[in-house]
Amino acid sequence: MTSAAELAERATSEILADLGRTQRGVVVDSPPGAGKSTLVVRAAAALADAGEKIMVIAQTNEQVDDLTDRLADACPGLMIGRLSGSDYIPAERVARHDTVTVSTKAADLAGCVAVLGTAHKWAMTSADAARPWAVVDEAYQMRSDLLLRVAHLFDRALLVGDPGQLDPFSTIETERWTGLTWDPMQSAVAVLLRHNPDIPVHALPVSWRLPAMAAPVVSEAFYPFTGFAAATGERERRIEFTTRPFGMNVLDQTLETAARSGWALHELPARHSMRTDAEVAAACAALAVRFLQRGAVAHSERGAASVGGSRIAVGTAHRDQAQAVRSALRQAGVTGVTVDTANSLQGREFDVTIAWHPLSGRRDATAFHLESGRLCVLTSRHRHACVVVARAGIPELLDAHPSTDPVYLNVPVKFPDGWEANQALMAHLSDYKVRAL
Amino acid sequence: MSTLRALARVIAAERQFAQPICTVRHVHVSDRPLVVIPLALSGEACAPLAAMVGDDPREPGLLLVPEPRDRDQRFAFAAELAGVAGPYIDSYAHDEPDDAPQFLLPNPAAVAFIRLLGRSTRFRRTEGAYAVPAAVPLLGRWLTFYTERAEVPPSSLMLVLTDVLAGHWATGQSPMEDQNLSAIIGWIDPPPGMTGAQAALAAEDPVRCPPAGPATDPTFDNEVLEARMLAVRTARSTGDGRALARATARMAEALRTQLEPTWTLMWRAVDLLRALPEGGHVPGRWAADCAAFGSYLDYLRGGGPPQAKRDGAVSAARRLANLERAQERLAVERAYDDSLIMAEYRMTGEAFAGTVVAAEPDRIDATGKRRVLRPRVTVETSDMVLARPGAVLTSPARPGQEAKVIEVLDDAPSQVVLELKGGMGRSLTPEPGSVPAVGERVCYATFSDRFQPTAAFPPPEETPWTHGGPPPQYVPRDEDATEVWS
Repeated sequence: MTSAAELAERATSEILADLGRTQRGVVVDSPPGAGKSTLVVRAAAALADAGEKIMVIAQTNEQVDDLTDRLADACPGLMIGRLSGSDYIPAERVARHDTVTVSTKAADLAGCVAVLGTAHKWAMTSADAARPWAVVDEAYQMRSDLLLRVAHLFDRALLVGDPGQLDPFSTIETERWTGLTWDPMQSAVAVLLRHNPDIPVHALPVSWRLPAMAAPVVSEAFYPFTGFAAATGERERRIEFTTRPFGMNVLDQTLETAARSGWALHELPARHSMRTDAEVAAACAALAVRFLQRGAVAHSERGAASVGGSRIAVGTAHRDQAQAVRSALRQAGVTGVTVDTANSLQGREFDVTIAWHPLSGRRDATAFHLESGRLCVLTSRHRHACVVVARAGIPELLDAHPSTDPVYLNVPVKFPDGWEANQALMAHLSDYKVRAL
Repeated sequence: MSTLRALARVIAAERQFAQPICTVRHVHVSDRPLVVIPLALSGEACAPLAAMVGDDPREPGLLLVPEPRDRDQRFAFAAELAGVAGPYIDSYAHDEPDDAPQFLLPNPAAVAFIRLLGRSTRFRRTEGAYAVPAAVPLLGRWLTFYTERAEVPPSSLMLVLTDVLAGHWATGQSPMEDQNLSAIIGWIDPPPGMTGAQAALAAEDPVRCPPAGPATDPTFDNEVLEARMLAVRTARSTGDGRALARATARMAEALRTQLEPTWTLMWRAVDLLRALPEGGHVPGRWAADCAAFGSYLDYLRGGGPPQAKRDGAVSAARRLANLERAQERLAVERAYDDSLIMAEYRMTGEAFAGTVVAAEPDRIDATGKRRVLRPRVTVETSDMVLARPGAVLTSPARPGQEAKVIEVLDDAPSQVVLELKGGMGRSLTPEPGSVPAVGERVCYATFSDRFQPTAAFPPPEETPWTHGGPPPQYVPRDEDATEVWS
């Protein structure tokens, strides 16, 4: 049997070989934690080696800084430019490299082989900044209209992204462009492929992040056709606690379930609630606090490490829910735990995540709360364990609200269906249910 | 729906009367709006049946299509509508107009109908086969301009009255039921002796309150309309002129009974809205509407082609960017104009209101190259404060002034220390009143109505390969007017 590393290496070399052949571009679908940034850095290095001048487009300053740092580490001699906005203060990890030049003007960086910047910054540069190659990171989160604004800057492009995460969104609700191939509300990858159907699409086959307990579940629910495997084997990742509880309250039961199996469903009694359900917020905070109190230690292929606050995340659907969890944590005197919405958690990695299920306590299942990308982000950020906190009754809610989205002409059918993905995940979680209260 | 709106709905349901959710009116209501109530024949895509049109509540104009399935009569109807709407629009058609025609429609379905009517008429030819009067394609362009403008969030050029009313009052019924004009007016302004809920219940009777269209009441269709349409058809086939006139009059009479109650309701809604004081930013938005009207007028006079059926890649992206910008700006302006809307943001922590408990109005920052005036104030508030140090806030009372958060003390009530910049005059002492004084009630929000630059897009002829390349040049053809459903 081929090892995970060999599978991944073979996929990468095929992608790099395609870069040399393509007239227009290459798209790479990357499941959670499949080494997307590593691929971006390797592809950028390979193109730079081949003598091409390249631009790297990412979506946020944080992502650009990460890529700059990694590219500078990977290619010590390469002249790198960091294109930035006027109020940007270079992060420590960018400033420490001598080979990196930071500037707000593309003209100052013309000598650099690779120039990195956010899509919004690139959209404001003039056509003189054009380069033969572009590497676009998180391309599934980039909107088609943003690609339209930067597309004149390059001839060929490598687009890398995770198709299972949240689609780009707009605050405007309109069906005006539905069915048009250049619908500005779709993702950059979607518009590119609809106009250039012969562009090769690759998929990375191995997730380095998700543990063996999680990869098959996430793969089946959110990547039903491409699929991927975990790089690590059964029992290679586990969580142990350095303290033992007195008795076994529900929090500890949930923790033990999560530590043992990598999943837990912390189920509160069924109830229709406000969006900022105080009991769910309290449960999310209490679970995070309990992980810290019990002194969780994560054992993995990297060795054993204590699970501190910075390795735990609480994910929610709405900003006010995140705020409710934050205040609950503040009252418990805990700082350092990341609490954010699914949108903000995209692309990040933790040891343990606690997910506030988007459908918890709801009367209806709207498209927003059913969106498969939201649930996928919440349940695929972890290296060790994911605890889903929800009120009982979600499978019944799903049964009562089959998806009724209208079918439009000329719109490619999107998989996975949010309703189906939710059902698949809930079916899996039902084996790891702990009833609270 | 925000928590505050949900609460208003609950209160409305309990008290049986609609509750105001705004303190001011956020739309412009013209002195002389044109009310249009279209009715369509059921079972046909965009077959006009009748319409009540006019800018004077005492003079409802009834337009009728005696045989709606006859395509020629459809365009004759369009010509008749152009006979009313055309002169109305022309009365505003000055160079650089300072006022603009305003269309009032009863519900969103009416906008969809007008949009289709505009689409089916704007490409018609005025010569050759199936020629129509010149006023028809012109009307089509105006209707298209107005329905496209109705999608722009802050525009008041074409108002949908059920939406406008639902944006200003919360009723005790569902948002779906709010789209019934007589039901929502019943909640807001019930007849004497009735509660809002009772009035809304009464509005469910299609005999007393015929639907506001474009779909007609099916019972009316079966029991009244069908027979009278048949009478018109029979009279026409026999060629009896007097019988035809009589049958047509009887059909008009039947449709008048369906349209007149809605006509009265439309003008009652106008009165309800006029009774509200106007929001501070409304005149500015109306000026933008007038400018848009003026520029389309110039475009028409310059002989530009009718609006395309579909947006190209660049125009779609540009339109989306403009809509998003406009929507964001509208949200800010509404919150700045209206303390009840601002309260929704205070509940989510995006804004807070409180009292100034300490102020250093003459504080000078001397750390930079030159000495600058940077007063600090401390605001005590019992609202939730999400803003963290470094965030820049703005106050509706002093929109030109930035307030940077220096420190947040999270005890209840929280205290927020703000450093002010701008809007205080040029000297090193602030102008009187430009810095909030101790004891003043202030409100600060994380959003501001400052100008946002527009995004740059390539010209359409430089559409990149990722979006299908440059579109072919538009050449008008006879087939432009054909539709799959026509």
